[in-house]
Amino acid sequence: MTGSQETVFLQGHIIDSLILAKVLDTILMMGGTFDLQDVTIGATREATSQARIVVRAPSSRVLTEILQAIQPHGAAIEREEDCRFAPAPAAGVFPEEFYATTHLPTQIRLDGEWVEVEGMEMDLGISVDPAKARARTVPMGGVAAGELVVTGRDGIRVTPLARPTERDVFGFMESVVSSERPHQPVIADIARRMQKLGAWYREGRADSKVLLAGGPAIVHAGGRDALAWLIEAGYIQLLFCGNALAAHDMEAGLYGTSLGYGLAGGRSVPHGHEHHLRTINRIRAIGSIQAAVRSGVVTDGIMAACVRRDVKMVMAGTIRDDGPLPGVLTDSMEAQQAMRAEIQGVGFALLVASTLHAIATGNLLPATIPTVCVDVNPAVPTKLADRGSFQAVGLVMDAASFLTELARELGWRP
Amino acid sequence: MSRLLVCSPDYFQIDYEINPWMRRANAVNPARAAGQWQALMHVLAHDVGAGIERMPPVEGLPDMVFTANAGIVAGRRALVSRFRYPERQREEVYFERWFREQGYEVLTLDKTLYFEGAGDLLGFPDTWFGGYRQRSDIRAFPRVGDLFQREIIPLELIDRRFYHLDTCFCPLSGGDLLYFPAAFDSYGQAVIAQRIPEDRRLAVPEEEALRFACNAVSVGKYVVIPADCPRTSQLLEARGYRTFAVHLDEFMKSGGAAKCLTLALD
Repeated sequence: MTGSQETVFLQGHIIDSLILAKVLDTILMMGGTFDLQDVTIGATREATSQARIVVRAPSSRVLTEILQAIQPHGAAIEREEDCRFAPAPAAGVFPEEFYATTHLPTQIRLDGEWVEVEGMEMDLGISVDPAKARARTVPMGGVAAGELVVTGRDGIRVTPLARPTERDVFGFMESVVSSERPHQPVIADIARRMQKLGAWYREGRADSKVLLAGGPAIVHAGGRDALAWLIEAGYIQLLFCGNALAAHDMEAGLYGTSLGYGLAGGRSVPHGHEHHLRTINRIRAIGSIQAAVRSGVVTDGIMAACVRRDVKMVMAGTIRDDGPLPGVLTDSMEAQQAMRAEIQGVGFALLVASTLHAIATGNLLPATIPTVCVDVNPAVPTKLADRGSFQAVGLVMDAASFLTELARELGWRP
Repeated sequence: MSRLLVCSPDYFQIDYEINPWMRRANAVNPARAAGQWQALMHVLAHDVGAGIERMPPVEGLPDMVFTANAGIVAGRRALVSRFRYPERQREEVYFERWFREQGYEVLTLDKTLYFEGAGDLLGFPDTWFGGYRQRSDIRAFPRVGDLFQREIIPLELIDRRFYHLDTCFCPLSGGDLLYFPAAFDSYGQAVIAQRIPEDRRLAVPEEEALRFACNAVSVGKYVVIPADCPRTSQLLEARGYRTFAVHLDEFMKSGGAAKCLTLALD
């Protein structure tokens, strides 16, 4: 929950008279916080100034006390309106003027009451059920004809992230991307988070799943064993990837190569470029990755670890895929929906060595989920941040080094 | 010549209690009140040289004697008060009528905005100060400022005994300020200090503030203050003012003194 909030309006000679200062001090002293919005300073001595202040408090009782204390100083509660909504004109089509979500915690006002929007994710619409006083996000393609969708901007509250209490690298929730940033302290913070969430997951606590979205460079670069260990050790509960990561992981198991290069020798192996095709074909013949692992065909690596630990995998296909492997979702909207469904309960996300999967996953994650984006190319975390996932901590480094250091931090002794 | 609006205390008494000074048990002595009021008029008219405009008192409206709360007047425009307490709201129509009969352009505020006239709005030529929290509503001041094209600095009144700004804050015609600092919080004191240089701020001691030393009438170099405020007199004389002390304790039973009994018309 986001606590309670109310917007107030203050007008007059509020700057020189220190009335604004008094009101803001009062809010803080009483245990609230505020955001100053739309401050207009009078241009002449006679002209008045105005400020719109969003007052937040940990509870509605404290909020009421604060409002009672600041009202005599002229703080007028802005008249709030209910949100507006309109029926979707057709399946897969939002009404005109639909409200597009951010990935921040959001509430809408229905019949005078603020209702939390479920399933926050950026760039969606908000579907409402006024009778049940419920609201949830809905993707454009997923809206049914006649479904009520929030329109306009009235009666919608978006809450910026509160500063978390934990004082680690995620405490600042800002995506500073720098190749010069020292890696070790960031990796140590990630390990601490994963340790805590691992324990929570075993206790069955909510929002304790760790998600890894990764690309095949994990295998090429030599991060396969470390990632397999992280999965086997119970630090990862959900894997998003494409056809390639799975194919090269199993190719490595079956042929000792990744896209034809010998992982041990580092040289291209004769006819090695066929290995991933032969791997995909073998798995297709068996019918599923799960069956390939359970029948002992695939014995080690990331896929084997996922199957053994019952880690949920969502594999999303692309137009350049070979095969694809059984289980790869080739309808990208279907894949998006599957990823969205699995994100429920995630408390931490690692996006490693994949532009496509990192950004796709970033788009689905609410801002409240601490996220790390690791890529040897600084453009990837930058792009992720540019697309709105400002909470992601960017780490410019090679995937294998990252996974190896992380696993070591968590006790891997290869 | 300064003109002051007054209203004789024919019906002045304590019928209700709407400030900490008022005690119905503490009855007004009508003869003494009349004598004190006449003495004040004499000083204002003869010693200070102010023009006196009298409006007729109304039976059943004991506080009409405090004309400072009729409204505020600037030039030919009069903004009529909107009292917080129903007991005094009944005065509004009489004040409004008087302004109209005298040919003033009468202005009013939204009925939801309490504003108690020159009791809570005082100032220097450029800047006005508005007392709020106890009687006037702070939200009235931006409206009043717009109407009169003046900057109005709101000051919170934090002590119930000083329920109107004119009980603790008195701008003087020479640019000095007579005031009781403890009637304001640290924000108010900081704002006053920012606006009025230290050598122009005359701080009244508490015992004299409680004898309404700040409820003074300032006309040119003359200041009319309640009796028994020697320290205040000294402060004023040292700044070159000539002071006149008037016994007004009958009116203090109701929470007012010299300033409350007058309204500056120009």
